[in-house]
Amino acid sequence: MSDNHNHIVDNSLAGKVKEHTGVLAARCYQCGKCSAGCPVSEDMDYPPSLIMRMLQTGDPKDEELVLRSKSIWFCLTCEMCIARCPMEVDIPPMMDFLRGESIKQNKANLASKNIISFHKAFLDSIRQTGRLYELGLTLDFKVRSMKLMQDMSIVPTMLAKNKLNFLPELIKNRRNIKQIFQKTIDKKEETK
Amino acid sequence: MKLGFYPGCSLEGMSREYSDSVVALAKRFDIELVQIPDWNCCGATAAHNLNKELSLSLPARNLALAEKEGFTDVVVPCAACYSRFSTTHHELMHNHDLRHRINEVMEMEYKGTINTLNVIQFIDKYIIDKIEEKIVNKFNYKAACYYGCLLVRPNNILGFDRTEDPQTMDVVMRKIGADSIDWAFKTECCGAGLSVSATNTVARLSGKIVDDAEHRGAEVIIVACPMCHSNLDMRRSEINKYLGKKVTTPVIYITQALGLAVGISEKELGFNRHFVPVNFPKKAEIEKKAEVKTQIEEVNNG
Amino acid sequence: MARIGVFVCHCGENISATVDCGKVAQVTSDIPGVVVSVDYKYMCSDPGQTMIKEYIEKKKLTGVVVAACSPRMHEPTFRRACGEAGLNPFLCEMANVREHCSWVHDKNDVTTDKAIDIVRTLVEKVKRNEPLMPIKVPVTKTALVIGGGVAGIQSALDIANCGHKVIMVEKDPSIGGHMSQLSETFPTLDCSQCILTPRMVEVAQHPNITLYTYAEVESLDGFIGNFKVKIRKKAKSLDEKLCTGCGLCCTKCPVKNIPSEFDQGLSNRRAIYVPFPQAVPNKPVIDKEHCTYYIKGKCKVCEIVCPTKAIRFDQEDEIIEVEVGALVLATGFDIKRADFFPEYGFGKYKDVIDGLQFERIASASGPTLGEIRRPSDGQIPKKIVFLACAGSRDPAKGIEYCSKICCMYTAKHAILYKHKVHDGTAYIFYMDIRAAGKNYDEFTRRAIEEDGAKYIRGRVSRIYERDGKLIVVGVDTLMNAKTVEIEADMVVLATAGIASPGAEELAQKLHVSYDQHKFFAEAHPKLKPVETNTAGIFLAGACQNVKDIPESVAQASGAAVKVCGLFSNDELTRDPSVAVVNRTAPPLFSTCVGCFLCQSVCPYQAIEKEEIKSRDGKILKTIAFVNPSVCQGCGTCVALCRSKSIDILGYTHKQVYAEVEALLNTL
Repeated sequence: MSDNHNHIVDNSLAGKVKEHTGVLAARCYQCGKCSAGCPVSEDMDYPPSLIMRMLQTGDPKDEELVLRSKSIWFCLTCEMCIARCPMEVDIPPMMDFLRGESIKQNKANLASKNIISFHKAFLDSIRQTGRLYELGLTLDFKVRSMKLMQDMSIVPTMLAKNKLNFLPELIKNRRNIKQIFQKTIDKKEETK
Repeated sequence: MKLGFYPGCSLEGMSREYSDSVVALAKRFDIELVQIPDWNCCGATAAHNLNKELSLSLPARNLALAEKEGFTDVVVPCAACYSRFSTTHHELMHNHDLRHRINEVMEMEYKGTINTLNVIQFIDKYIIDKIEEKIVNKFNYKAACYYGCLLVRPNNILGFDRTEDPQTMDVVMRKIGADSIDWAFKTECCGAGLSVSATNTVARLSGKIVDDAEHRGAEVIIVACPMCHSNLDMRRSEINKYLGKKVTTPVIYITQALGLAVGISEKELGFNRHFVPVNFPKKAEIEKKAEVKTQIEEVNNG
Repeated sequence: MARIGVFVCHCGENISATVDCGKVAQVTSDIPGVVVSVDYKYMCSDPGQTMIKEYIEKKKLTGVVVAACSPRMHEPTFRRACGEAGLNPFLCEMANVREHCSWVHDKNDVTTDKAIDIVRTLVEKVKRNEPLMPIKVPVTKTALVIGGGVAGIQSALDIANCGHKVIMVEKDPSIGGHMSQLSETFPTLDCSQCILTPRMVEVAQHPNITLYTYAEVESLDGFIGNFKVKIRKKAKSLDEKLCTGCGLCCTKCPVKNIPSEFDQGLSNRRAIYVPFPQAVPNKPVIDKEHCTYYIKGKCKVCEIVCPTKAIRFDQEDEIIEVEVGALVLATGFDIKRADFFPEYGFGKYKDVIDGLQFERIASASGPTLGEIRRPSDGQIPKKIVFLACAGSRDPAKGIEYCSKICCMYTAKHAILYKHKVHDGTAYIFYMDIRAAGKNYDEFTRRAIEEDGAKYIRGRVSRIYERDGKLIVVGVDTLMNAKTVEIEADMVVLATAGIASPGAEELAQKLHVSYDQHKFFAEAHPKLKPVETNTAGIFLAGACQNVKDIPESVAQASGAAVKVCGLFSNDELTRDPSVAVVNRTAPPLFSTCVGCFLCQSVCPYQAIEKEEIKSRDGKILKTIAFVNPSVCQGCGTCVALCRSKSIDILGYTHKQVYAEVEALLNTL
């Protein structure tokens, strides 16, 4: 893939995508194969090829829709799109970047609240103990999502089958983990 | 012999039977799987969805710890952890500045010497050549091998098997006598991490997988990932609701299948922890042997 | 003693507007060796040229420098004028004071000084010029056409009809190529074989054409006008003179299970076979790899039943040597098969076929006698899905270029299908519709509007089989990327057009350039589409790039006229600016040490080994020799030679260094 576009100054969202992930939106010729193979395409408001198109237009209105979409949160990172894309447009890392941008700009879609809450609850658990504490994650998620009764039916079975640890597992060097969090996701964004 | 072992959070918790079966299988072949001391969660889906540097630092810490312990091969049975480890290794080895940054974040150095093995690679490298002589019960069932997403994609990073119609699991299963069928949903996503936050999606995606396997006469679905297992097994009632019918096809880990073939007990393999009862329609030699055993006992007792 | 004439042209005002031509003429007359130096308004005009000629005679000039425009404009003009006055044309040089001076500078003294400098360098060069004679090469007026498809056939007929002899070599048992496999051609829906077979017969019967089928080019030697070709006639195991083409042997052969190449594997042929009923020549060949006699030594049924005793099991391959003056490459193309696409089944679904297989199914002489039927169970498909761009425009898995013909033939397939299966539905997944020829776009509109083909803009992610149906999972990008899932009975992949198998080996044998896709390289992409960089070898048809029939035929005729142009002379005249390896007196013979670095870098294979022998035949020294008929005067060997043993006539070291030293005033 030729990479001599560095002389072009591009402040659009597509330009940022290129800068942070190396993915060039212009390579996409809208064949739609990614959307055809995407397992959650019908759950998304904009299937992946449409997200690509909205990045290509460079229109700030389209960029807004991308960052506010449900699509980026439903994406499972199953990597099916890049496995089939004839132009090798690496959508998964692009989705990761758009997700980060969406949160940074406070534009995450309200309908995807639960998905984001789950991720945040997951990370909360690790930040504390270094390993996932499933009960803790479940409670955290229920509080964030207010889905108090979800999955209550399977809890007895899980307990009976010894699938749920009552107590969390704590690693020794939890300080190291906290530091990692502090230097990355917990870092305050410097205002320019 | 000793090999590095990274169980990951699922194998320690909800999918403990997977861990039990991997360890028991390894032991049968004189391999001790040694856990990376003080390993942490790899970050799974949550980390890379929210922050890139976090998503690389968490796995990198484990890789650096493994290096410190002197491991080269590290067995990572969870496909998602395997994917995170491989991606992290690839990104750090291809980007000088990024590697420095991540080393700085985790206050450790990763030199790039760890060779991450998924469970099939582990079987291929250390077990499969020796398995024929240890087979006690041939696994005479029609098996649908389900690879899921993260074992075979993205191919340019993992370099494992092929993305369409992969065969590595099928080859292993055939070695223990299974009739590994050709079916259409080998690598279609089960719904991954949306099990809790978007259960309907998982019901639909996993439902299609289970339906196709059943339609083609599979008696069992073989998996190599705890998330896939959870979606196809624990979420079976949601799947049945979506399909409008009750599908009883059990889902077991490949290490459980191999364990069964070399004579490890069902209890040790943790079948009782599955939601969908693991009842093979024709229980061939296992039942026959049990029957013969009880007959002998009866004769001896009286 | 040098007697140089300098003629400074004003070129109207083109030069004189910024250069003082009078002054240039005046100053240059003082250069030692210059005996006349004049200026004139239009040197290239009749009076101008006459003036030069008169001065040559009057002043007995030994060299001429015309200070005017670029030699690319008028060097031939002035050289011809000098020749007419009795001065060797290569003793005339042009000093470019227009493009190199007057056109790029403002009017002032420095510009004039520069013009003077330019003239001076050329004067110094001309003083050291030698007279040169153009090189004449004889021409063998026979052409070799490699490939018997429609392009090869057209070329051969055109050349033969101009009165020249043609030898055609075709590696299959019959000529006709891919066009003979097609059912109907776009955009007219002509029956392909109906329009082709008369041409095929014409080739076979033409008095000027010698046809070798089941034959390949073994080696090529020589140069333009004088090629020596070795052709391997593969053993057909048949005496063609005795064979009447009755076909009895083919019906009796017990080996029946060989997949037919002509039918793209959809039917079987025998070990002794004629590829298709309209084959030219209509005589069978024995496939030695599958014939029971050749494998086990038994059978011989064909020999027994043949009424004219034409079978010859002991026949060997025959090498024929021919001399030709030009070659036309018309080796055609191939297509990728359905098995190379992993997400479309790796070839394991019998009802996922490629475009050429569909042609055979649709063809009246095909395996299903023209009825559209599924290869798996012979049922008539009610839902058929065509995938355009299945492998083309695909850097990830296929080839990155567009295969050009697929949009058109996919539309054609949909039309043919609907003509034969009235209650069927044809879906076409496309990316673009490339229909840029005459009546092409109208043809695709016909498929959509009259024949009801359903075009869906999007690609297909995967195809899998379930309960005897093929599930096609695609997308409609014009409907906001909505997923489209079709349960099809049959799928036709419009696979990528690629170079013909063996193209690379042939190109290397013939020293013809080819690109990374193994298509033969034209000499210039815009202006020389039918020539190659190898003098005397021309291109026709899809071997240069995938193309349709009208373009192949047009290009074939183009190549034919180039050949006829070559043959219109009894001798070829070439520019004598060729490289020459120096020769000196024995025992040195030449300063060339025989390292042959020059040979390895010559882009035109013009350098050979020359053995210098003593009187009793002993080889004393092997040095390089430049073939003056092939050398293009590029100078690469000159630059590389470490002992300075090669020079280019007309641009020798002495001459060029003289120019440099003149500029540096060190002369």
